[in-house]
Amino acid sequence: MVSSAIVIGAGIVGAACARSLAMAGLDVTVIDRSTAASATTARGEGNLLVSDKAPGPELVMALAAAKRWPALVRELADELGDGFPGIEYEPKGGLVVATTEDGAAPLLRFAAAQRSAGVDARELSVAEALNLEPDLNPAITAAVHYPQDAQVHPVNAAEALLASARRHGARVRQNVNLSGPILDANGTLLGIATNEGELHADAIIVAAGPWSGEVARTLGVTLPVLPRRGMVLVTSRMPKRIFHKVYDADYVGAVGSGDAALQTSGVVESTESGNVLIGSSREQLGFDDRLRVDTIAQIAAKAIRLFPFLADQAVIRTYGGFRPFMPDHLPLVSRDHRMPGLWHATGHEGAGIGLAPITGELIAALVAGAAAPCDPEPYSLARSSLEPHLTAVA
Amino acid sequence: MAARMLPSEKDPIGPEGTATVSITVDGHAATGILGQSIAGIIMAGERLGFRQTAKLDRPRGVFCGIGVCFDCLVEVNGLSDVRACQRKASEGDVVVTARDPQPRGGAA
Amino acid sequence: MSEVLVIGAGPAGLAAARAASDAGASVVLLDASDALGGQFWRHLPETRPARNEKYLHHGWSTFRALGEALESSPTVTIIRSAQVWAIEVLDGVAVHAMIGEPDGARRERRVFRPDALVLATGAHDRTLPFPGWDLPGVFTGGAAQALAKGERLAVGERVLVAGAGPFLLPVAQSLTRSGSRVIGVLEANRAARLARGWSPRPWQLLGAAGKGLELAGYAAGHVRHRIPYRLGRAVIAAHGTDRVGSVTVAKVDAQWAPVPGTEHTLEVDAVCVSHGFTPRIELAIAAGCELTPNRFVAVDGNQRTTTDGVYAAGEITGIGGVDLALAEGEIAGHFAAASATESVSAPPTAAIRRRRVFTGFAHRIEAAHGIRSGWSGWLTDSTLICRCEEVDFGSMRAAAVATESESFRSLKLGTRAGLGICQGRMCGRTTEELLCALNPNRELSDGAVSDRRPLASPLRIGELAHPSSQNNARKGTP
Ligand SMILES: Cc1cc2nc3c(=O)[nH]c(=O)nc-3n(C[C@H](O)[C@H](O)[C@H](O)COP(=O)(O)OP(=O)(O)OC[C@H]3O[C@@H](n4cnc5c(N)ncnc54)[C@H](O)[C@@H]3O)c2cc1C
Ligand SMILES: Cc1cc2nc3c(=O)[nH]c(=O)nc-3n(C[C@H](O)[C@H](O)[C@H](O)COP(=O)(O)OP(=O)(O)OC[C@H]3O[C@@H](n4cnc5c(N)ncnc54)[C@H](O)[C@@H]3O)c2cc1C
Ligand code: FES
Repeated sequence: MVSSAIVIGAGIVGAACARSLAMAGLDVTVIDRSTAASATTARGEGNLLVSDKAPGPELVMALAAAKRWPALVRELADELGDGFPGIEYEPKGGLVVATTEDGAAPLLRFAAAQRSAGVDARELSVAEALNLEPDLNPAITAAVHYPQDAQVHPVNAAEALLASARRHGARVRQNVNLSGPILDANGTLLGIATNEGELHADAIIVAAGPWSGEVARTLGVTLPVLPRRGMVLVTSRMPKRIFHKVYDADYVGAVGSGDAALQTSGVVESTESGNVLIGSSREQLGFDDRLRVDTIAQIAAKAIRLFPFLADQAVIRTYGGFRPFMPDHLPLVSRDHRMPGLWHATGHEGAGIGLAPITGELIAALVAGAAAPCDPEPYSLARSSLEPHLTAVA
Repeated sequence: MAARMLPSEKDPIGPEGTATVSITVDGHAATGILGQSIAGIIMAGERLGFRQTAKLDRPRGVFCGIGVCFDCLVEVNGLSDVRACQRKASEGDVVVTARDPQPRGGAA
Repeated sequence: MSEVLVIGAGPAGLAAARAASDAGASVVLLDASDALGGQFWRHLPETRPARNEKYLHHGWSTFRALGEALESSPTVTIIRSAQVWAIEVLDGVAVHAMIGEPDGARRERRVFRPDALVLATGAHDRTLPFPGWDLPGVFTGGAAQALAKGERLAVGERVLVAGAGPFLLPVAQSLTRSGSRVIGVLEANRAARLARGWSPRPWQLLGAAGKGLELAGYAAGHVRHRIPYRLGRAVIAAHGTDRVGSVTVAKVDAQWAPVPGTEHTLEVDAVCVSHGFTPRIELAIAAGCELTPNRFVAVDGNQRTTTDGVYAAGEITGIGGVDLALAEGEIAGHFAAASATESVSAPPTAAIRRRRVFTGFAHRIEAAHGIRSGWSGWLTDSTLICRCEEVDFGSMRAAAVATESESFRSLKLGTRAGLGICQGRMCGRTTEELLCALNPNRELSDGAVSDRRPLASPLRIGELAHPSSQNNARKGTP
């Protein structure tokens, strides 16, 4: 009988896991080597996208998440009351456009495939797209509207999940450093050693975002989670002129690519406060967080291609983080077949905010042996696409 | 009465330039001495508030005077987010002081 | 010829540029302003020259000499209206600047790759929030100075100056010399602390003779204009609808907590409040320079930061006034040139000696005038802390209590304090301190700080997208 769990990492994924596990009746401790909701979760955007996902297991999870979020937001608001910072859930919908002649056909093909997988993907004429987004560059060549895309405030959502977990009995311990595993003679993981002493639990869940590979190594196994850097620009406050998540169809190619070199595409949306967020880049540089002006300049140029009026808007900040990248582009929500007692909830790359609630529910179901909200097999560590990446021994 | 320009003839440091610069502020003509900031010209016109804030609808004007607080933002010749305390007035500048953008307002 | 790039043309930057040039380097000097002089020697524009500018300034002849030497030197390039917006440290240091009208839209984008860099970006006033501090007519002391010296504009007819530190005195003086009536100067610290810090009267200084004379001059001005100088008092609220009409003044205890029952109201049409200075260290952080525990740029005896080839001088290494800034600038410029040209020359011993004297002065300012935590006693729930995003103290406390967060980053994003267009320049350190005090464990432990601003100033998206002209500093072309 599994009755206790330790979650390593208090980002949005760890917070969602902690909440679901605590609600399933487990005794839960969350540890973070730093503070909650302040790593990757605080350095991205908060989109819950189905639009950028091709038919397959990630889309299945995204559709389940899209369905789950509205109710979750209500549950959290009821539980936590008005004083809590708002989650700012906004089902604004996405608008994906092609900006080149060559880009039009692939976008429409992609949308058709998504439709057959259950996505609400509506092909629009240029005029219809301009109706939705009057300031959009009229030179676009194709457009698809995705009403299921939504947005949340990622940090407030993570803090809310964590506060809710606490209310269900979870303990959150910040600034605790993991130093190694506690194993029995059979190699079963019984707990972890930290700078604040030993912690024991039936299930140890790694939810350390892009550092999950490092944490796994400390515990004695390999995990192919790599950091994939992304940068965002923030504009000054402006009157609302952008109404959807609007992005260039070449983004889908960048998301799906495994290329380590810099890729950028125009991804634009406004936030409740009136600032516009402009992404995005993907680049593998390890954990190098130095400013690269060329990267943000490329992002700026691509944003103007979508919304020419942005050229005269002021950009006031740039920030970025490291997406937890998996070589096969699928999240990992799974037991570790190599080490009993060890579990993983990580590898969501650029979708961890949106997928966190379903991830939490899935891991809780798996740990507690309850019915899963979706088929767990595709997210298993034992999947064949990961096999080549697990061979190295720690 | 509040902010005011020290008339050059009474000024112990004896400034010499007399060329003027004319701009409009919210459609009203305003004249300053060449080399003055837009903020200086607005303030010498006895007005301290430059804009109304987005959330509480409160007036704001110059606070830091050296370009770090961004409280003095105005629109100049159609371009938003210009610090009036840093921008020297140019002949014919069209300055608009306004209510801050309402993020939730607008179309659709 | 090896290049030294100096950012900031205040006292520190001017002295650095001069020393670097004297030591044989070719120098590029950048400043966001369209005039040399920085905050201290702010003066009327070229279009409005004044016969007797020195009446408003200390050390005006020093400034003129520095300015003339630099402008006439064939190996010094001065670029005004050059806003440095980023420093990139990939292979070597790249300095990115926009050249043109402040907040313009079609400025020239340039990149400099100097052999050595001197940061001399100075400081700005730090004003603690109080109810009504967002009203027009409430200014920082620096604003009153800048408008008085730069435009000959008096911010009010009947003005109160308040806060902490010796800087309040020149503010009062500039106001009276621009036609305002200063009805008082309020220093939050009490006599006992000032006495421990340096002496009961801030102008009675030992050691730092120049500073002593300067302050003595202000004191004489005070006597002449009968300006009351009151200790242990603070402005705790400003009132008015469209602009300030009156302020509430109260006695404060040794920790700056307002003493109940001592409040009274004064009619004013402007109030200038400064409680200290915040160094402008975002470029230093961008260059990878380590900070001291008090969050100034850490330097060694040669004013060298922890980043190779990067030197720092003036207020960004500690608040010590113009004489210290000049001494540090000279040392920084000298050693930056030595590093750029890979040569050795005799150390600037006179400047090193002056630096020692005036560093003592800086310590005394901090000991006597540094901010005390009791001030938050004058906040109300509806007092704005972040001016840009209009975040009040009550909602900040609610978020801190509800989330129990120990993360400055999370609380900042949750409350929006510091996320506005000033990027926390006004509220950042205050927000950090208040949130820390509101946390159940009195701790913010994510290591995030409000001073980190990878973009050192806003720029237009179109300007960012536009390719830059690669420099030049290396090639030495003007
Ligand atoms: C630029 C950018 C844009 C993005 N946009 C979106 C978007 O629009 N929508 C979306 O869904 N996703 C987006 N993402 C991705 C999303 O942010 C991540 O997938 C998600 O935040 C991952 O959450 P996490 O909890 O797994 O990781 P994190 O938030 O990084 O949390 C991991 C935690 O583990 C802790 N930790 C690390 N090592 C240890 C250790 N040894 N011991 C204890 N604790 C440890 C860390 O301190 C951290 O708190 C974006 C990411 C970036 C970078
Ligand atoms: C508004 C104000 C008024 C003051 N008046 C007095 C006074 O009257 N008497 C007194 O004793 N002390 C005064 N002080 C204190 C004074 O700042 C210092 O004593 C002295 O000026 C410090 O010199 P510095 O060279 O370190 O910095 P500063 O004089 O502040 O010079 C820094 C320079 O760097 C430039 N700069 C900063 N960032 C950038 C960037 N990103 N790109 C390009 N350029 C940049 C600025 O434009 C500025 O010109 C004042 C301070 C302020 C803020
Ligand atoms: S008054 Fe602060 S930026 Fe102009």
